[in-house]
Amino acid sequence: MTWVADHIGDILWYAGQHTLLAGIPLIIGLIIALPLGWVARRYSKLYGFLIAGSGLLYTIPSLALFILMPLILGTRILDTLNVYVAMTLYTLALRVRTVADGLGAVPDSTRQAAVAMGFTGMRRLLKVDLPLAVPVIAAGLRAAAVSNVSIVSVASLVGFPQLGYYLTDGYQRTFPTEIIVGIVGCVLLALIFDTVIRAGAWAITPWQRVAR
Amino acid sequence: MLNSIGGWLTDPAHWTGPNGIPQRVLEHLIYSGISLVIAALIAIPLGVIVGHSGRAKWTVSLANSLRAVPSLGLLFAVALWLGPKIASSLAYVIPSVIVLVLLAVPPILSGTYAGIQGVDPAARDAAKGMGMRGGEVLRKVELPCALPLLLSGVRSATLQVIATATIAASISLGGLGRYLIDGLSVSDYAEMASGAILVAALALVMDGILSIVQRTAVSPGLTGKFRNTGDNRPVVTTTARGDASDPASPTDRADDQREALV
Repeated sequence: MTWVADHIGDILWYAGQHTLLAGIPLIIGLIIALPLGWVARRYSKLYGFLIAGSGLLYTIPSLALFILMPLILGTRILDTLNVYVAMTLYTLALRVRTVADGLGAVPDSTRQAAVAMGFTGMRRLLKVDLPLAVPVIAAGLRAAAVSNVSIVSVASLVGFPQLGYYLTDGYQRTFPTEIIVGIVGCVLLALIFDTVIRAGAWAITPWQRVAR
Repeated sequence: MLNSIGGWLTDPAHWTGPNGIPQRVLEHLIYSGISLVIAALIAIPLGVIVGHSGRAKWTVSLANSLRAVPSLGLLFAVALWLGPKIASSLAYVIPSVIVLVLLAVPPILSGTYAGIQGVDPAARDAAKGMGMRGGEVLRKVELPCALPLLLSGVRSATLQVIATATIAASISLGGLGRYLIDGLSVSDYAEMASGAILVAALALVMDGILSIVQRTAVSPGLTGKFRNTGDNRPVVTTTARGDASDPASPTDRADDQREALV
């Protein structure tokens, strides 16, 4: 406990790095997944291709992906961009499917009512379909957030500073306190991500509260 | 850069001996295989019991909450705690296998549980009406119906195990992760990248094999081939589209489970 108190500044800094490495790709991944998911839904011939293609991406183990990134991006091995891009790819791999399924879960009657009320094309998508898909998309986002936090810690093996540093350092120095700090930090961070996403989804779907 | 990787991969010296590629692939498969078998022996019966009886659901939630624990942390914690207690060369293997089992149990357990629990009560009733006993209902109706979700749980567990077995090289486990970790420590990018390519290829091949198993093992009555009730879409989906593009097919829904993976 005193060790934690002595190092609280460092711990918070590493936690901040961890939040960035896990959080930014989560946002970028979602932004890219929205149009892709919509395309997958709209053109059913592309659905299988997009879902299978993005699923394939997720098959590649994280450590391997971190190491292969410089080869694809032409970056140096310790460039943080590698982690951001790799994490974005993982988020994207999972999100395309949830966005497509979320949009698909909008009831036909609702869609027809919207059309009858004069909603067309883009406006219907933004005002009707997308908001109604929020619960499904948010559920998927929560799963991605938890998995991102865990995957980012693996990047400490390559030498990227975040909470995973405490795991590798604690193991190398045979110092269990550090490992516990790393694990607890990651779990707490995952919990925070989860709560924030849940709160966000709750805030933008007021009708869900009335309906129950 | 690509040339040096090509050179590394085709160097005959890297294809023989205890640090050769065939040996490392074999190690990776053995550790992953052992862990998956142990995990399946624990998770499938447990999932069947919980799904069938509806009791002790907390085991499933507990297993799922384990997913928030970073696998790297779990690996180091178990290695540090158990490693010194085990003499002999198994000091690295046992902690790794324990962690791999811990990580493989949640997806298999929740897949089995969801599969058994989601069996259409009408199918269960019909089986009883036909005179099947509890054990028979389980073997002939519930398990086949649960198979798509169960297998997709096994599939995500396999990916998880292959990925984590790679990381386990950092606690001195053999397998393909050795190239990544050893290459890193001496800054040999060709070795690292070659290892990464091999690991990615292994994961893709295993996932491909399992998806074929999933397609062939699941009863055609479930894959949509023969389906003409259930949801309101017109039927006659071909096999190829059956699980790849029909969002309502069981195999497909089952893939949602892959979500919470590392």
